[in-house]
Amino acid sequence: MATTTITKTEKLVGKRIRRREDPRLITGTATYVDDIKMPGMLYAAILRSPHAAAKIRSIDISKAKALKGVHAVFVGEDTKDAGAVPCAASLPGLRVPHHNVLAIDRVYLVGHPVAVVVATDRYIARDGAELIEVDYEVESAVADPEKALAPGAHAVHPQWPDNVAFNFHQEGGDVAKAFAEADVIVKQRIVSQRLIPNSMETRGVVADWRAADRTMNLYTSTQAPHLVRSLVAQILGLEENRFRVVAPEVGGGFGAKIQTYAEEILLAWISMKLQKPVKWIESRRENFTCTIHGRGHVDFYEIAAKRDGTILGIKLKLIQDLGAYFTILTPGIPTLSVLMMPGLYRTPNISADIVGAFTNCSPTDAYRGAGRPEATHGIERMVDMLAAELKMDPAEIRLKNFVRNEEFPFPTATGLVYDTGDYSAPLKKAMDMADYDKLRKEQAEARKQGRYMGIGLCAYGEICAFGPSPATPAGGWESATVKIEPSGQVTVLTGISPHGQGEETTFAQITGDELGVGIDDVLVLHGDTSMVPYGIGTFGSRSTAVGGTALYYALQDLKAKVKKFGAMLLESEDVTLAGGKCTDNKTGKSVGFKEIAAAAYRAMKLPPNTEPGLVATHFWEPSNFTFPFGAHLVVTEVNGETGDVAIKRYIAVDDCGNILNPLIVDGQVHGGVAQGIGQALWEQAVYDDNGQLVTGEFMDYTMPRAHMMPWIESAHTVTPTPVNPLGVKGVGEAGTIGASPAVVNSVVDALSTLGVKHLDMPLTPEKLWKLISAGRQA
Amino acid sequence: MIPQQFEYSAPKTLDEALGLLAEGARPLAGGMSLIPMMKLRLANPEHLVDLGRIKDLSYIREQGTVIHVGATTTHHDVESSPLLRGKCPLLAETASYIGDVQVRNMGTIGGSVAHADPSADYPAALQALEAKIILRGAKSERTVTAEDFFVDTFTTALEPGEIVREVIVPVDGDGTGTSYQKVLQPASGFAIVGVAVRLRKSGDKISMARIGVTGLSNRAFRAKEAEKALEGRTGTPAEIQAVAALVAKGVDANSDLHASADYRLHLATVYAARALAAALGRIA
Repeated sequence: MATTTITKTEKLVGKRIRRREDPRLITGTATYVDDIKMPGMLYAAILRSPHAAAKIRSIDISKAKALKGVHAVFVGEDTKDAGAVPCAASLPGLRVPHHNVLAIDRVYLVGHPVAVVVATDRYIARDGAELIEVDYEVESAVADPEKALAPGAHAVHPQWPDNVAFNFHQEGGDVAKAFAEADVIVKQRIVSQRLIPNSMETRGVVADWRAADRTMNLYTSTQAPHLVRSLVAQILGLEENRFRVVAPEVGGGFGAKIQTYAEEILLAWISMKLQKPVKWIESRRENFTCTIHGRGHVDFYEIAAKRDGTILGIKLKLIQDLGAYFTILTPGIPTLSVLMMPGLYRTPNISADIVGAFTNCSPTDAYRGAGRPEATHGIERMVDMLAAELKMDPAEIRLKNFVRNEEFPFPTATGLVYDTGDYSAPLKKAMDMADYDKLRKEQAEARKQGRYMGIGLCAYGEICAFGPSPATPAGGWESATVKIEPSGQVTVLTGISPHGQGEETTFAQITGDELGVGIDDVLVLHGDTSMVPYGIGTFGSRSTAVGGTALYYALQDLKAKVKKFGAMLLESEDVTLAGGKCTDNKTGKSVGFKEIAAAAYRAMKLPPNTEPGLVATHFWEPSNFTFPFGAHLVVTEVNGETGDVAIKRYIAVDDCGNILNPLIVDGQVHGGVAQGIGQALWEQAVYDDNGQLVTGEFMDYTMPRAHMMPWIESAHTVTPTPVNPLGVKGVGEAGTIGASPAVVNSVVDALSTLGVKHLDMPLTPEKLWKLISAGRQA
Repeated sequence: MIPQQFEYSAPKTLDEALGLLAEGARPLAGGMSLIPMMKLRLANPEHLVDLGRIKDLSYIREQGTVIHVGATTTHHDVESSPLLRGKCPLLAETASYIGDVQVRNMGTIGGSVAHADPSADYPAALQALEAKIILRGAKSERTVTAEDFFVDTFTTALEPGEIVREVIVPVDGDGTGTSYQKVLQPASGFAIVGVAVRLRKSGDKISMARIGVTGLSNRAFRAKEAEKALEGRTGTPAEIQAVAALVAKGVDANSDLHASADYRLHLATVYAARALAAALGRIA
């Protein structure tokens, strides 16, 4: 079967290599949390509040406890010692609501956990939960951030009647002067609606406490196993070195599995109480209501410019719908929007004010793009509106205002330093691919025929590779350990926790090229805190740029050691490691990788000042973020009869620096674009005035599906970053960031003949039909 | 997403099933609506009788001027049946619009019809086809027209203990053209509006027009005023537009997150016109 090649193959980096993780996924042999079964394992079901705001008068668990097969029932009072769900983000003056793992005297959102039933199987557990009687005193609720901030609104947390969690101000340059000197000022309210991340695998936890060893094994569907370990161990007062967290196969996260959730704490706590392994698998319904949501912005933008289109400044008032509680990053997400509000433009003067509003809804947190899609949507809409106001072509105004190539590293008015870029290149490439001038002519022709054809541009910038540790809440470095086994095969342990991003493949490519071994000789392991020294995890398009770089440096250390052993075996002082062997530069004699590995472990003889074995670990701290960029161009046609939007062409030109595996980059772009189009056209978390989630299942929440997607014409420009030696910037979120403004700009352009200047998402057919009907009557 | 405990029987004969149903059990066909409702605990039957193993309840048979479709015939079987595609293409076309591939592989015509979701696809076609539905109870069997069968939202002419045993549709001869046109609710795939049209021409005049509408209101219905207005006409674009407008006239339309009543009424007109034009174009 598996043969060990241990030979230099052709260069792996840059090749379209199929994902090595896929066979187990597509043959159904991967192990997810729900595939884990243990002797004596119990199952937990959580009773959740049907009300968005209520006092709990009493809870009667007697019938549930009496049900055959039920082992235990716990309510909030029981779990008081289990600590609170953590938030790592901090802001000056931030009001942090205490977030109990089970509600104690009040519930704050539909789906709020109230009690947990533990039984011999999941069916009995669920039946038991149905038998719990909770006496609620239902209160009015508030589910809209603007309404929450209005005087007299229901107080989500009674101690803070204004529903304000924080106010945050940031400015750079002199925005008052910029606006005073402007020839034109354009203002717009822009909504980035609440979205539901909807990973294919819901969350799930298995907790297994072994009292005799004081060890906790926690299997959880997470993007950040080490952070979960540190936090849950601390919350429960357990020893971190005896606390093992495993992220087995994780079926998507999109940011919604960075958090440490109540259920991870609760299940560990239950396992200790009952001295049994316990499993909880989130239902899809729970996932809709209880796992974090994304976006949830109401933005008030003002952009000031000169008549020639030069952007002078931007003002933003940002209302962030926080939900009822904080999860790990909740209040920090809108600050990322502010950081990126200048987009790719020189914009010397900015001012931003964030108001964080509590609502009786699920917490918002990082969802693919996390703050940057909102920022990009804002600036890219505003630039289009400015172009329309000045009667300029939207491409021209962008090209005029881009940061110029010679200005990098470019300090922004928001305090960032853009690493490197060639911002006009992807836009020009997209326009070439589309034959932009010809398209505009076609559009003029279509308009003569009464058709609504639109051309939308978006030039996006993003902040990735999180990030320098001082700028992150939990450390921004990453670790890698590389072991060359005695056989010569190579094992990589990485601190990132991939769950669809393909690093088992790309990291094997890096390793294969550096060591000169075949890709099949490399195994990349991750997601187990007992195996990996420590790691931060996978989010913020950081895995390859930070984790890959840690790997790169570990490989350099290891190569030096391999060369020492090679030199010893060749009795030479001048050797080269290449092609899977060490070669004496003078004699041309060589010794193979396998022999070197064997010698390093057999240790009959050692090079001077050298230990046996071939293992290297590197923790890498980045000096800056990376700033990928790109341009998307979308051609749409709106059906005048029905308001349906047809995407005729979708062109995505992304610059993510060097590309390790074009196939994986394509996949990331395609998935991201699908989610961005999803936001633009279909997706929305809708709460009614009572705080009930109306779009609480796939029957009403429109996820984009394959047959709803256009053909994506994907291309790249390559501007390597100087921040890391791989020159990679990150591409995991690019599609979501570029897509929504490109689609909306296209549809606004299509309907501009009716006087339409702005549209809020999602662009439902009915919304567009109403505008078209009104426009025709007028 | 876990249903309450229930008893489950899978009898091999219809009589056995009907006996259990007479005792208050609930029938289960493809389970494409009932199972999700049970998982959400919106439906909590104590006893399910699975009709899936009953012999000779899944069939498509031609007999004279009609085609008999057994209750547990899946949407996929309807959609792909050469007999239906040739001789009652409206039913096959309508089936092809239901849900997704998985739903069509599992869902059955009897189950869909008995569930009477006001946004389901089949009811529009069955109205336009003037289908007959055979209802079978423990003691007797009766036949009702599609028009009488669909009473209200999730409400049919079925009495307790009865099941849909068979659907009977006509063989459409030469000179007939049909079409089903549907606006999909983008999340669920149900019909925001679906219009099924069946036209026959004698010479260049439309001699028969049948229009079934689903999704628009509390139940699928026949747009009889529109049908009458079309009969005797040639079907010019202007006539089609005028007739399509009648389809939505005076209807108390549904309104929800995905489409307001006004928009639904408008879509009914647009899709009626599309279905009428397509059906006319298909008359051989």
